[in-house]
Amino acid sequence: MRPVGAILRKDLLVELRTKESVPSMAIFAVTTFVIFHFGLDRDRLEGELAAGVLWVTILFAAILGINRIFVAEREQGGFDGILMAPIERTSLLIAKAGALFTYLLALELVALPVFALFFLSDGFWEALPRLLVVAVLADLGLATVGALLASIAVHTRARDLLLPLLLLPLTLPVMIGAAAATKPLLSIPLETSGVGKWLAVLALYDLIFGLLAYAVFDFLMED
Amino acid sequence: MLATAIALVFFYAPNDADQGFVQKIFYVHVPLAIVALIGFVVAGLLGVMHLRTRDDRWDYRSYVAIHMGVIFGVGVLITGAIWAKAAWGKWWVWDEPTLVSFLIVFLLYVTYYPLRYSIEDPQRRARYASVFAITAGAFVPINFIAVRLAENLVHPRVLNQTAGDMPGEMRLTFLVALAGMALLYMTLVKLELTSKHARGQLRRLRRLLEEEGSPGGAAPPPIVTVPAKPE
Repeated sequence: MRPVGAILRKDLLVELRTKESVPSMAIFAVTTFVIFHFGLDRDRLEGELAAGVLWVTILFAAILGINRIFVAEREQGGFDGILMAPIERTSLLIAKAGALFTYLLALELVALPVFALFFLSDGFWEALPRLLVVAVLADLGLATVGALLASIAVHTRARDLLLPLLLLPLTLPVMIGAAAATKPLLSIPLETSGVGKWLAVLALYDLIFGLLAYAVFDFLMED
Repeated sequence: MLATAIALVFFYAPNDADQGFVQKIFYVHVPLAIVALIGFVVAGLLGVMHLRTRDDRWDYRSYVAIHMGVIFGVGVLITGAIWAKAAWGKWWVWDEPTLVSFLIVFLLYVTYYPLRYSIEDPQRRARYASVFAITAGAFVPINFIAVRLAENLVHPRVLNQTAGDMPGEMRLTFLVALAGMALLYMTLVKLELTSKHARGQLRRLRRLLEEEGSPGGAAPPPIVTVPAKPE
Protein backbone atom coordinates (compact mmCIF):
# COMPACT_ATOMS: atom_id res chain seq x y z
CA MET A 1 0.00 0.00 0.00
CA ARG A 2 2.94 2.36 0.60
CA PRO A 3 3.84 2.79 -3.08
CA VAL A 4 0.19 3.58 -3.83
CA GLY A 5 0.27 6.32 -1.23
CA ALA A 6 3.54 7.69 -2.55
CA ILE A 7 2.38 7.87 -6.17
CA LEU A 8 -0.98 9.29 -5.17
CA ARG A 9 0.67 11.94 -2.99
CA LYS A 10 3.02 12.82 -5.85
CA ASP A 11 0.12 13.24 -8.28
CA LEU A 12 -1.98 15.33 -5.94
CA LEU A 13 1.01 17.49 -5.02
CA VAL A 14 1.83 18.07 -8.70
CA GLU A 15 -1.80 18.93 -9.35
CA LEU A 16 -1.87 21.33 -6.39
CA ARG A 17 1.22 23.11 -7.64
CA THR A 18 0.59 23.18 -11.38
CA LYS A 19 -3.23 23.34 -11.21
CA GLU A 20 -3.34 21.68 -14.58
CA SER A 21 -6.36 19.37 -14.62
CA VAL A 22 -9.03 20.22 -12.05
CA PRO A 23 -9.43 23.94 -12.84
CA SER A 24 -9.72 23.18 -16.55
CA MET A 25 -12.28 20.47 -15.83
CA ALA A 26 -14.29 22.86 -13.67
CA ILE A 27 -14.22 25.68 -16.22
CA PHE A 28 -15.20 23.21 -18.91
CA ALA A 29 -18.14 21.99 -16.83
CA VAL A 30 -19.42 25.49 -16.12
CA THR A 31 -19.11 26.48 -19.77
CA THR A 32 -20.93 23.33 -20.80
CA PHE A 33 -23.80 24.22 -18.44
CA VAL A 34 -24.06 27.58 -20.18
CA ILE A 35 -24.05 25.86 -23.55
CA PHE A 36 -26.81 23.52 -22.37
CA HIS A 37 -28.80 26.55 -21.27
CA PHE A 38 -28.73 27.95 -24.78
CA GLY A 39 -28.87 24.60 -26.54
CA LEU A 40 -31.98 23.54 -24.67
CA ASP A 41 -33.33 27.07 -24.26
CA ARG A 42 -34.39 26.33 -20.69
CA ASP A 43 -33.88 28.34 -17.50
CA ARG A 44 -34.84 25.66 -15.03
CA LEU A 45 -34.37 21.92 -15.27
CA GLU A 46 -35.82 19.05 -13.30
CA GLY A 47 -36.10 15.28 -13.29
CA GLU A 48 -34.49 13.31 -16.07
CA LEU A 49 -33.39 16.34 -18.10
CA ALA A 50 -31.54 17.78 -15.12
CA ALA A 51 -29.92 14.42 -14.38
CA GLY A 52 -28.88 14.01 -18.00
CA VAL A 53 -27.34 17.48 -18.31
CA LEU A 54 -25.47 17.05 -15.04
CA TRP A 55 -23.98 13.65 -15.80
CA VAL A 56 -23.16 14.24 -19.45
CA THR A 57 -21.27 17.36 -18.42
CA ILE A 58 -19.37 15.56 -15.69
CA LEU A 59 -18.50 12.68 -18.02
CA PHE A 60 -17.12 15.03 -20.68
CA ALA A 61 -15.21 17.04 -18.11
CA ALA A 62 -13.83 13.77 -16.73
CA ILE A 63 -12.44 12.91 -20.16
CA LEU A 64 -10.24 16.01 -19.98
CA GLY A 65 -8.70 14.83 -16.73
CA ILE A 66 -8.41 11.21 -17.79
CA ASN A 67 -6.61 12.23 -20.97
CA ARG A 68 -3.89 13.93 -18.94
CA ILE A 69 -3.52 11.46 -16.11
CA PHE A 70 -0.52 9.61 -17.58
CA VAL A 71 1.06 12.53 -19.44
CA ALA A 72 3.77 13.14 -16.86
CA GLU A 73 4.63 9.43 -16.79
CA ARG A 74 4.95 9.31 -20.55
CA GLU A 75 6.91 12.51 -21.02
CA GLN A 76 9.29 12.15 -18.13
CA GLY A 77 9.93 8.45 -17.97
CA GLY A 78 7.76 7.65 -14.99
CA PHE A 79 6.76 4.33 -16.52
CA ASP A 80 10.37 3.14 -16.55
CA GLY A 81 10.72 4.28 -12.97
CA ILE A 82 7.73 2.22 -11.88
CA LEU A 83 8.98 -0.79 -13.85
CA MET A 84 12.41 -0.63 -12.28
CA ALA A 85 11.18 -0.02 -8.76
CA PRO A 86 10.62 -3.15 -6.69
CA ILE A 87 6.92 -2.56 -6.29
CA GLU A 88 3.76 -4.08 -7.65
CA ARG A 89 2.82 -2.46 -10.93
CA THR A 90 -0.83 -2.47 -10.03
CA SER A 91 -0.06 0.17 -7.42
CA LEU A 92 0.30 2.61 -10.31
CA LEU A 93 -3.24 1.81 -11.44
CA ILE A 94 -4.67 2.17 -7.94
CA ALA A 95 -2.85 5.44 -7.37
CA LYS A 96 -3.98 6.85 -10.71
CA ALA A 97 -7.56 5.77 -10.09
CA GLY A 98 -7.31 7.40 -6.66
CA ALA A 99 -6.00 10.63 -8.19
CA LEU A 100 -8.78 10.64 -10.77
CA PHE A 101 -11.33 9.97 -8.07
CA THR A 102 -10.05 12.97 -6.11
CA TYR A 103 -10.11 15.16 -9.23
CA LEU A 104 -13.70 14.14 -9.95
CA LEU A 105 -14.78 14.90 -6.38
CA ALA A 106 -13.09 18.30 -6.61
CA LEU A 107 -14.80 18.88 -9.94
CA GLU A 108 -18.20 18.07 -8.45
CA LEU A 109 -17.50 20.37 -5.52
CA VAL A 110 -17.61 23.17 -8.08
CA ALA A 111 -19.98 21.76 -10.67
CA LEU A 112 -22.82 20.70 -8.35
CA PRO A 113 -23.37 24.12 -6.69
CA VAL A 114 -23.06 25.90 -10.03
CA PHE A 115 -25.53 23.45 -11.55
CA ALA A 116 -27.95 24.06 -8.69
CA LEU A 117 -27.53 27.81 -9.02
CA PHE A 118 -28.08 27.78 -12.76
CA PHE A 119 -30.82 25.26 -13.20
CA LEU A 120 -32.50 24.05 -10.00
CA SER A 121 -35.34 25.96 -8.41
CA ASP A 122 -35.09 24.52 -4.90
CA GLY A 123 -34.79 21.26 -3.05
CA PHE A 124 -31.09 20.97 -3.81
CA TRP A 125 -30.10 20.74 -0.15
CA GLU A 126 -32.59 17.97 0.50
CA ALA A 127 -31.28 15.97 -2.41
CA LEU A 128 -27.61 16.63 -1.70
CA PRO A 129 -26.74 13.76 0.70
CA ARG A 130 -28.17 11.13 -1.63
CA LEU A 131 -26.72 12.90 -4.65
CA LEU A 132 -23.29 12.67 -3.06
CA VAL A 133 -23.65 8.90 -2.67
CA VAL A 134 -24.53 8.63 -6.35
CA ALA A 135 -21.57 10.84 -7.23
CA VAL A 136 -19.10 8.81 -5.17
CA LEU A 137 -20.21 5.53 -6.77
CA ALA A 138 -20.20 7.00 -10.28
CA ASP A 139 -16.80 8.62 -9.73
CA LEU A 140 -15.35 5.31 -8.57
CA GLY A 141 -16.45 3.64 -11.78
CA LEU A 142 -15.25 6.51 -13.98
CA ALA A 143 -11.91 6.67 -12.18
CA THR A 144 -11.23 2.92 -12.39
CA VAL A 145 -12.20 2.48 -16.03
CA GLY A 146 -10.62 5.84 -16.88
CA ALA A 147 -7.26 4.90 -15.36
CA LEU A 148 -7.28 1.53 -17.13
CA LEU A 149 -8.18 2.95 -20.53
CA ALA A 150 -5.81 5.91 -20.16
CA SER A 151 -2.95 3.48 -19.57
CA ILE A 152 -3.94 1.68 -22.79
CA ALA A 153 -4.44 4.83 -24.84
CA VAL A 154 -1.25 6.54 -23.69
CA HIS A 155 0.85 3.94 -25.48
CA THR A 156 -0.89 4.29 -28.82
CA ARG A 157 -0.28 6.74 -31.63
CA ALA A 158 -3.76 8.27 -31.55
CA ARG A 159 -3.92 8.61 -27.79
CA ASP A 160 -6.18 11.63 -27.14
CA LEU A 161 -8.40 10.50 -29.95
CA LEU A 162 -8.69 6.91 -28.86
CA LEU A 163 -9.48 7.50 -25.20
CA PRO A 164 -12.98 9.00 -25.61
CA LEU A 165 -13.78 6.38 -28.24
CA LEU A 166 -12.98 3.61 -25.79
CA LEU A 167 -14.29 5.35 -22.70
CA LEU A 168 -17.75 6.46 -23.80
CA PRO A 169 -19.23 3.05 -24.63
CA LEU A 170 -17.54 1.35 -21.67
CA THR A 171 -18.80 3.88 -19.13
CA LEU A 172 -22.31 3.91 -20.51
CA PRO A 173 -23.62 1.72 -17.68
CA VAL A 174 -22.25 4.34 -15.24
CA MET A 175 -24.13 7.04 -17.09
CA ILE A 176 -27.33 5.00 -17.15
CA GLY A 177 -27.04 4.25 -13.45
CA ALA A 178 -26.04 7.74 -12.35
CA ALA A 179 -28.66 9.50 -14.44
CA ALA A 180 -31.41 7.11 -13.40
CA ALA A 181 -30.49 7.43 -9.73
CA THR A 182 -30.32 11.24 -9.98
CA LYS A 183 -33.60 11.65 -11.84
CA PRO A 184 -35.93 11.08 -8.86
CA LEU A 185 -33.65 13.16 -6.61
CA LEU A 186 -33.97 16.19 -8.86
CA SER A 187 -37.68 15.74 -9.48
CA ILE A 188 -40.14 18.14 -7.94
CA PRO A 189 -41.23 16.99 -5.42
CA LEU A 190 -38.20 14.97 -4.38
CA GLU A 191 -38.60 11.23 -4.65
CA THR A 192 -36.40 8.57 -3.17
CA SER A 193 -37.99 5.39 -4.43
CA GLY A 194 -36.00 3.49 -7.01
CA VAL A 195 -32.70 5.12 -6.11
CA GLY A 196 -31.41 2.10 -4.21
CA LYS A 197 -31.63 -0.22 -7.18
CA TRP A 198 -29.46 2.10 -9.26
CA LEU A 199 -26.95 2.54 -6.49
CA ALA A 200 -26.64 -1.25 -6.45
CA VAL A 201 -26.08 -1.27 -10.23
CA LEU A 202 -23.36 1.36 -9.90
CA ALA A 203 -21.71 -0.50 -7.05
CA LEU A 204 -21.79 -3.74 -9.03
CA TYR A 205 -20.20 -2.02 -12.02
CA ASP A 206 -17.48 -0.53 -9.81
CA LEU A 207 -16.77 -3.92 -8.27
CA ILE A 208 -16.61 -5.85 -11.55
CA PHE A 209 -14.50 -3.34 -13.41
CA GLY A 210 -12.29 -2.73 -10.39
CA LEU A 211 -11.45 -6.42 -10.22
CA LEU A 212 -11.05 -6.64 -13.98
CA ALA A 213 -8.72 -3.65 -14.13
CA TYR A 214 -6.72 -5.09 -11.25
CA ALA A 215 -6.40 -8.39 -13.09
CA VAL A 216 -5.33 -7.09 -16.49
CA PHE A 217 -3.22 -4.06 -15.59
CA ASP A 218 -0.01 -6.02 -15.10
CA PHE A 219 -0.04 -6.97 -18.77
CA LEU A 220 -0.11 -3.36 -19.89
CA MET A 221 3.08 -2.54 -18.05
CA GLU A 222 5.58 -5.03 -19.36
CA ASP A 223 7.99 -2.97 -21.34
CA MET B 1 -26.65 -26.56 -42.82
CA LEU B 2 -27.37 -22.99 -43.79
CA ALA B 3 -29.06 -24.20 -46.95
CA THR B 4 -31.26 -26.50 -44.87
CA ALA B 5 -32.07 -23.58 -42.65
CA ILE B 6 -33.03 -21.40 -45.59
CA ALA B 7 -35.19 -24.15 -47.03
CA LEU B 8 -36.90 -24.61 -43.68
CA VAL B 9 -37.41 -20.87 -43.33
CA PHE B 10 -39.19 -20.62 -46.63
CA PHE B 11 -41.06 -23.88 -46.94
CA TYR B 12 -41.58 -25.29 -43.47
CA ALA B 13 -42.04 -22.60 -40.85
CA PRO B 14 -45.52 -21.10 -40.74
CA ASN B 15 -46.03 -17.43 -41.41
CA ASP B 16 -46.44 -15.32 -38.31
CA ALA B 17 -50.06 -14.54 -37.52
CA ASP B 18 -49.81 -10.77 -37.45
CA GLN B 19 -46.49 -10.05 -39.12
CA GLY B 20 -46.80 -12.39 -42.04
CA PHE B 21 -43.92 -13.04 -44.36
CA VAL B 22 -41.62 -10.34 -42.96
CA GLN B 23 -41.31 -12.27 -39.75
CA LYS B 24 -39.01 -14.68 -41.60
CA ILE B 25 -36.16 -12.21 -41.23
CA PHE B 26 -36.21 -13.33 -37.62
CA TYR B 27 -34.43 -16.52 -38.66
CA VAL B 28 -31.52 -14.44 -39.93
CA HIS B 29 -31.52 -11.56 -37.47
CA VAL B 30 -31.66 -13.38 -34.15
CA PRO B 31 -29.07 -16.08 -34.96
CA LEU B 32 -26.74 -13.39 -36.32
CA ALA B 33 -27.04 -11.41 -33.10
CA ILE B 34 -26.60 -14.40 -30.82
CA VAL B 35 -23.59 -15.66 -32.74
CA ALA B 36 -21.98 -12.19 -32.83
CA LEU B 37 -22.37 -11.73 -29.06
CA ILE B 38 -21.06 -15.20 -28.29
CA GLY B 39 -18.18 -14.46 -30.65
CA PHE B 40 -17.33 -11.33 -28.66
CA VAL B 41 -17.33 -13.21 -25.37
CA VAL B 42 -15.24 -16.01 -26.90
CA ALA B 43 -12.79 -13.37 -28.16
CA GLY B 44 -12.38 -12.27 -24.54
CA LEU B 45 -11.60 -15.84 -23.49
CA LEU B 46 -9.10 -16.12 -26.36
CA GLY B 47 -7.55 -12.91 -25.03
CA VAL B 48 -7.14 -14.58 -21.63
CA MET B 49 -5.47 -17.53 -23.37
CA HIS B 50 -3.08 -15.16 -25.13
CA LEU B 51 -2.07 -13.36 -21.95
CA ARG B 52 -1.52 -16.69 -20.25
CA THR B 53 0.46 -18.45 -22.94
CA ARG B 54 1.98 -15.47 -24.78
CA ASP B 55 1.32 -17.33 -27.99
CA ASP B 56 0.52 -14.93 -30.83
CA ARG B 57 -1.85 -17.40 -32.39
CA TRP B 58 -4.37 -16.81 -29.59
CA ASP B 59 -4.19 -13.11 -30.26
CA TYR B 60 -4.90 -13.69 -33.94
CA ARG B 61 -7.84 -15.89 -33.08
CA SER B 62 -9.18 -13.27 -30.72
CA TYR B 63 -8.73 -10.60 -33.38
CA VAL B 64 -10.49 -12.61 -36.07
CA ALA B 65 -13.30 -13.54 -33.67
CA ILE B 66 -13.92 -9.84 -32.99
CA HIS B 67 -13.53 -8.97 -36.65
CA MET B 68 -16.17 -11.48 -37.70
CA GLY B 69 -18.35 -10.44 -34.79
CA VAL B 70 -18.29 -6.84 -36.00
CA ILE B 71 -19.17 -7.91 -39.54
CA PHE B 72 -22.05 -10.01 -38.21
CA GLY B 73 -22.97 -7.00 -36.07
CA VAL B 74 -23.43 -4.86 -39.17
CA GLY B 75 -25.72 -7.58 -40.48
CA VAL B 76 -27.66 -7.59 -37.21
CA LEU B 77 -28.19 -3.84 -37.30
CA ILE B 78 -29.30 -3.88 -40.94
CA THR B 79 -31.66 -6.85 -40.67
CA GLY B 80 -32.90 -5.46 -37.36
CA ALA B 81 -33.70 -2.12 -38.93
CA ILE B 82 -35.59 -3.79 -41.77
CA TRP B 83 -37.56 -5.91 -39.35
CA ALA B 84 -38.24 -2.94 -37.09
CA LYS B 85 -39.53 -0.92 -40.04
CA ALA B 86 -41.85 -3.75 -41.00
CA ALA B 87 -43.05 -4.68 -37.53
CA TRP B 88 -43.07 -1.38 -35.64
CA GLY B 89 -43.14 1.11 -38.52
CA LYS B 90 -39.83 2.76 -37.59
CA TRP B 91 -36.26 2.02 -38.59
CA TRP B 92 -34.98 2.57 -35.11
CA VAL B 93 -36.65 2.76 -31.69
CA TRP B 94 -34.94 3.75 -28.46
CA ASP B 95 -37.19 2.02 -25.97
CA GLU B 96 -36.00 -1.45 -26.84
CA PRO B 97 -33.23 -2.53 -24.48
CA THR B 98 -31.96 -5.24 -26.79
CA LEU B 99 -31.48 -2.83 -29.69
CA VAL B 100 -29.77 -0.21 -27.59
CA SER B 101 -27.45 -2.63 -25.83
CA PHE B 102 -26.47 -4.21 -29.10
CA LEU B 103 -25.69 -0.81 -30.58
CA ILE B 104 -23.50 0.09 -27.61
CA VAL B 105 -21.63 -3.20 -27.77
CA PHE B 106 -21.18 -2.69 -31.49
CA LEU B 107 -19.82 0.84 -31.01
CA LEU B 108 -17.41 -0.43 -28.40
CA TYR B 109 -16.06 -3.19 -30.63
CA VAL B 110 -15.65 -0.86 -33.59
CA THR B 111 -13.01 0.99 -31.52
CA TYR B 112 -10.99 -2.22 -31.48
CA TYR B 113 -9.65 -1.37 -34.94
CA PRO B 114 -8.24 2.12 -34.21
CA LEU B 115 -6.75 0.72 -31.01
CA ARG B 116 -5.12 -2.20 -32.76
CA TYR B 117 -3.78 -0.22 -35.68
CA SER B 118 -2.32 2.60 -33.63
CA ILE B 119 0.14 0.41 -31.73
CA GLU B 120 3.23 -0.45 -33.71
CA ASP B 121 5.17 -2.87 -31.59
CA PRO B 122 3.58 -6.26 -32.44
CA GLN B 123 3.95 -7.74 -28.95
CA ARG B 124 2.52 -4.74 -27.23
CA ARG B 125 -0.27 -4.64 -29.80
CA ALA B 126 -1.13 -8.25 -29.08
CA ARG B 127 -1.15 -7.66 -25.34
CA TYR B 128 -3.22 -4.49 -25.48
CA ALA B 129 -5.66 -6.01 -27.92
CA SER B 130 -6.11 -8.95 -25.55
CA VAL B 131 -6.69 -6.65 -22.61
CA PHE B 132 -9.31 -4.84 -24.66
CA ALA B 133 -10.92 -8.12 -25.70
CA ILE B 134 -11.16 -9.25 -22.07
CA THR B 135 -12.53 -5.95 -20.78
CA ALA B 136 -15.04 -5.66 -23.59
CA GLY B 137 -16.01 -9.32 -23.30
CA ALA B 138 -16.88 -8.79 -19.65
CA PHE B 139 -18.71 -5.64 -20.61
CA VAL B 140 -21.13 -7.41 -22.97
CA PRO B 141 -23.29 -9.10 -20.29
CA ILE B 142 -23.04 -6.14 -17.86
CA ASN B 143 -24.18 -3.76 -20.54
CA PHE B 144 -27.15 -5.91 -21.39
CA ILE B 145 -28.16 -6.04 -17.74
CA ALA B 146 -27.80 -2.28 -17.27
CA VAL B 147 -29.72 -1.30 -20.39
CA ARG B 148 -32.42 -3.85 -19.71
CA LEU B 149 -32.92 -2.42 -16.23
CA ALA B 150 -33.15 1.05 -17.70
CA GLU B 151 -35.86 0.29 -20.20
CA ASN B 152 -39.13 -1.49 -20.14
CA LEU B 153 -39.25 -5.03 -21.34
CA VAL B 154 -40.98 -5.28 -24.68
CA HIS B 155 -38.49 -6.88 -27.01
CA PRO B 156 -39.41 -10.50 -27.52
CA ARG B 157 -37.12 -12.46 -25.28
CA VAL B 158 -36.68 -15.35 -27.64
CA LEU B 159 -34.51 -17.70 -25.69
CA ASN B 160 -36.25 -17.92 -22.35
CA GLN B 161 -39.60 -18.04 -24.04
CA THR B 162 -38.69 -20.53 -26.71
CA ALA B 163 -40.59 -23.31 -25.07
CA GLY B 164 -43.48 -21.03 -24.28
CA ASP B 165 -44.79 -19.25 -27.29
CA MET B 166 -43.06 -20.50 -30.42
CA PRO B 167 -44.82 -23.26 -32.28
CA GLY B 168 -42.79 -26.41 -32.87
CA GLU B 169 -42.04 -25.82 -36.53
CA MET B 170 -40.82 -22.32 -35.84
CA ARG B 171 -38.64 -23.47 -32.99
CA LEU B 172 -37.05 -26.19 -35.08
CA THR B 173 -36.41 -23.76 -37.94
CA PHE B 174 -34.96 -21.25 -35.52
CA LEU B 175 -32.59 -23.76 -33.95
CA VAL B 176 -31.44 -25.00 -37.36
CA ALA B 177 -30.87 -21.41 -38.45
CA LEU B 178 -28.92 -20.71 -35.26
CA ALA B 179 -26.72 -23.75 -35.75
CA GLY B 180 -26.21 -22.84 -39.40
CA MET B 181 -25.21 -19.31 -38.49
CA ALA B 182 -22.79 -20.56 -35.85
CA LEU B 183 -21.21 -22.89 -38.40
CA LEU B 184 -20.98 -20.02 -40.89
CA TYR B 185 -19.26 -17.92 -38.25
CA MET B 186 -16.76 -20.64 -37.45
CA THR B 187 -16.06 -21.26 -41.12
CA LEU B 188 -15.44 -17.58 -41.76
CA VAL B 189 -13.16 -17.35 -38.73
CA LYS B 190 -11.19 -20.37 -39.97
CA LEU B 191 -10.97 -18.92 -43.46
CA GLU B 192 -9.80 -15.55 -42.23
CA LEU B 193 -7.22 -17.17 -39.96
CA THR B 194 -5.89 -19.26 -42.84
CA SER B 195 -5.66 -16.24 -45.07
CA LYS B 196 -3.92 -14.20 -42.39
CA HIS B 197 -1.50 -17.05 -41.82
CA ALA B 198 -0.83 -17.38 -45.55
CA ARG B 199 -0.36 -13.65 -45.91
CA GLY B 200 2.13 -13.63 -43.03
CA GLN B 201 4.12 -16.43 -44.62
CA LEU B 202 4.06 -14.74 -48.00
CA ARG B 203 5.40 -11.57 -46.44
CA ARG B 204 8.16 -13.49 -44.74
CA LEU B 205 9.15 -15.19 -47.99
CA ARG B 206 9.15 -11.88 -49.84
CA ARG B 207 11.40 -10.34 -47.25
CA LEU B 208 13.81 -13.25 -47.59
CA LEU B 209 13.79 -12.89 -51.37
CA GLU B 210 14.51 -9.20 -51.12
CA GLU B 211 17.41 -9.83 -48.79
CA GLU B 212 18.75 -12.34 -51.26
CA GLY B 213 18.38 -9.95 -54.16
CA SER B 214 19.96 -6.96 -52.42
CA PRO B 215 23.74 -6.64 -52.83
CA GLY B 216 24.40 -6.26 -49.11
CA GLY B 217 22.47 -9.40 -48.15
CA ALA B 218 25.00 -11.78 -46.68
CA ALA B 219 24.15 -15.41 -47.37
CA PRO B 220 20.45 -15.50 -46.63
CA PRO B 221 19.10 -18.83 -45.49
CA PRO B 222 17.54 -20.91 -48.27
CA ILE B 223 13.82 -20.50 -48.49
CA VAL B 224 13.03 -24.17 -48.01
CA THR B 225 14.13 -24.00 -44.40
CA VAL B 226 11.58 -21.35 -43.48
CA PRO B 227 9.87 -23.04 -40.55
CA ALA B 228 6.18 -23.36 -41.19
CA LYS B 229 4.20 -22.04 -38.27
CA PRO B 230 2.36 -25.01 -36.82
CA GLU B 231 -1.34 -24.40 -36.99
